[in-house]
Amino acid sequence: MKNTISAELPKISRRKFLVVSAAAGGGLALGFNLPFGVGSAAAQSAAEAAEVNIWVVVKPDDTCMIRIARAEMGQGTLTGLAQLVAEELECDWNKVRTEQITAGQNLARKRAWGDMSTAGSRGIRTSHDYVRRGGAAARMMLMQAAANEWNVPVTDLQVANGVISHAGSGRSTTYGKVAAAAAKLTPPDPKGIKLKDVRNWKIAGKPLRRLDTADKLNGQKIYAIDLKMPGMLHATVKNCPVFGGKLASFDDSKVKGMPGVKGVMKINDTTVAVVADTWWRAKKAMDALPIVWDEGPHAKVNSASIAEHLKSGLTSNDAFADIDTGDAPKAIAAAAKKIEAVYSVPFTSHTPMEPMNCTVKLSPDKAEIWIPSQSLEASLAALSSASGQPLEKCEAYVMDLGGGFGRRIGNQDVVRQGVAIAKAFPGVPVKMVWTREEDQAHDFYRPIAQCRLSAGVDEKGNLAGLHLRVSGQSINAFANPAAIKDGKDRRQLQGLWPEPHDAQIGYTHANLRTEYAMRNTHLPVGPWRGVNTNQNGIFLECFMDEVAKLANRDPLEFRRSLMSERPKHLAVLNAAAEKAGWGKPLPKGVHRGIAQFMGYASYSAAVAEVSVSAKGEVKVHRCVFALDCGNVVNPDQTAAQIEGSVAYGMTTLLSEISVANGRVVETNFHNFRVMKIAEMPKVEVVLPLTHDFWGGVGEPTICVVVPAILNAIHAATGKPVRSLPLSKQGLTLV
Amino acid sequence: MPQLNINGRSHDVNVEPDTPLLWVIREQVGLTGTKYGCGVAQCGACSVHLNGEVVRSCALQVSAIKAGDRITTIEGLSKDSSHPVQKAWAAIDVPQCGYCQSGQIMAAAALLAKKSKPTDKDIDEAMSNICRCGTYHRIRAAVHIAAGNTKVGSADALTSDQQNA
Repeated sequence: MKNTISAELPKISRRKFLVVSAAAGGGLALGFNLPFGVGSAAAQSAAEAAEVNIWVVVKPDDTCMIRIARAEMGQGTLTGLAQLVAEELECDWNKVRTEQITAGQNLARKRAWGDMSTAGSRGIRTSHDYVRRGGAAARMMLMQAAANEWNVPVTDLQVANGVISHAGSGRSTTYGKVAAAAAKLTPPDPKGIKLKDVRNWKIAGKPLRRLDTADKLNGQKIYAIDLKMPGMLHATVKNCPVFGGKLASFDDSKVKGMPGVKGVMKINDTTVAVVADTWWRAKKAMDALPIVWDEGPHAKVNSASIAEHLKSGLTSNDAFADIDTGDAPKAIAAAAKKIEAVYSVPFTSHTPMEPMNCTVKLSPDKAEIWIPSQSLEASLAALSSASGQPLEKCEAYVMDLGGGFGRRIGNQDVVRQGVAIAKAFPGVPVKMVWTREEDQAHDFYRPIAQCRLSAGVDEKGNLAGLHLRVSGQSINAFANPAAIKDGKDRRQLQGLWPEPHDAQIGYTHANLRTEYAMRNTHLPVGPWRGVNTNQNGIFLECFMDEVAKLANRDPLEFRRSLMSERPKHLAVLNAAAEKAGWGKPLPKGVHRGIAQFMGYASYSAAVAEVSVSAKGEVKVHRCVFALDCGNVVNPDQTAAQIEGSVAYGMTTLLSEISVANGRVVETNFHNFRVMKIAEMPKVEVVLPLTHDFWGGVGEPTICVVVPAILNAIHAATGKPVRSLPLSKQGLTLV
Repeated sequence: MPQLNINGRSHDVNVEPDTPLLWVIREQVGLTGTKYGCGVAQCGACSVHLNGEVVRSCALQVSAIKAGDRITTIEGLSKDSSHPVQKAWAAIDVPQCGYCQSGQIMAAAALLAKKSKPTDKDIDEAMSNICRCGTYHRIRAAVHIAAGNTKVGSADALTSDQQNA
């Protein structure tokens, strides 16, 4: 998810701020105790606790509060970051607690905690170094404080589990006892700290239990949607169902007298809000509110017209070539055997389980927001611009997200709406919650795409050339046009890039061309877990199976023949194949498919085992994954992310976002079918780590889930699946 | 409006009779562990027990609750997270974001109350709750652990074997 941060962010990073001592006050002002990880850092750190450095606060009872600057949305980053700090801190893991910092605190301290955005599978891979140095620096300061107290050289001391000991004298002390003295010492230069060899880790790298599970089992966890504050009001909104349309009028006389209703208001050109004393009453009044929409210029657009628009990009002359090695079209034309195919992948929605929401309180001298945000600093910036309060008078508190998947990153639409409503109720906290229907109808969808692929093979079954043309909507064109250089939006070719380290194509060939033709629609689009590796993984990896079949070659062996210059891709492909038992007999009717792809600096491969009944019922029995993310901080949570990517990916076999009369057709789970437990295959994971880089975990594997399954369906039925969802092929998932 | 018996305590509520039980639980009684996910009884995030049966409270009007009905929410499933389902969920870290898990746990507890040793097919039929994080794999494993069908750490308990090479 590159380049997705709100354009408002750079403004705040350049600004200088004095320490605002009140920055953390909002957590206390709630009037009830927030659980760990919810309140502000200063609210959590009691007066007697010592801030050894920005990452580590130690209490007299030896509790180590580890500060977290990234959002937790289920992906386990909170636990992983704590493991990394604790590893270098040498504290007792059983005494670790975490606390989330606020965006205002980060700004007040000149962004000491660094980037707070949680996107692009970067939560750990871009912060592991400085959080480990933070843990190590705190350990050094705590040990120095003990050495000073005992008047012995620090080199004579040892530490384990938060207990510092001096072998010569037999003395020992604990972190809690020396923390106050340690906090007064000059911190060591972080750059001079030597970090532990990853292979010697004791806390990081281990499958430790998550720190945030307990409250998720008994109803005690407070999500943003659960917040309660004295005097709070509740709001819901309705946005013009047709993108590009506007709110024409509404008749509030019909609902103003309904129980609990406090206000009905236009909050921007496209949105009406109802505010009431409870959310249910607001929702009921909204349902009863007569609204007239000016549907605008796109009211006749539908999925068929969008498909035609994209189709034009498959053969147009406005595309650019990204890889253009040799002469692929000429080589294909001259080949002994040729194949051409067109693939298409529809829009889809994020649909996190917790609907969009935020709570905003606007006071004369302060603007506050509580929000499940993947980019808390962007939320703060949007709060400031929408409320008119300067940044130093704004505060944003992150609430752990009930799912994110990319929906809650760059576009702060929810913040602007929440602020617009709260302006009508100064000093009153107003919680705005969208219905599921609004969430479905007003997402920033995964972009729609088509792809024309052609290839030739020679008499020996070797690839003669491969030509790939993607035509589809650009995320950057919608969200971040400045990222498009010279009119070439390379981001839409993610996973097909020639350069190494991030999302490199796994194959090399003398005649290879990749192209992209931009075809935008009126739907808003955005990053969706795995972003463009999803579509591109399907296009390339499913077509590879079609070419292998044309060449009468095994799909695994055919791929290997093109991967000699991609050793890391190849090693992961081989690991998945070996773990899955590629080539070994399967039960009757069960077929395998394989795929490999790269994204988020990690290498992924999958093997799926699938059967297809005569009635077209597809059963995915087992999926085997190999992931090389370089280093792994918690292998059990890494496995959990891979398991989750299976379900999130497989839902695209079942559902799509389609368009009729300019609006989204799929309004709730009855017509946007989400995969359930009965359809979930067994998942097995192997991590062939190479330890010489840091790759992402949350997103990399999703791009191989669907192509591995589609290739297994192809193996089972003899027919390639070139468009989704499966219902377009007369297939269903069981 | 009858008194509502929720988790063994009586509550007087003064709401319009067509208010869904979910919103009475969340906004009147103040128990927020039961979640809003869809409002149309599709996702199961709002699952509670009504006289021991799992129901989707977002589509159940409070006027349908009769005197003497017993409602149990996630907060009342056990006093100290000691229900076998909660313990199994903790043992293998089932939740990711956790938002749907109250409903998942209530559905699993209702299943086990009826079938103490459920098969995979029983689980498939009883557990239709939606999870977008995709914890299904671990939910299945945890139901089997809670039922005593498998033990934590056994090969069957979780098929994600981690080879940290």
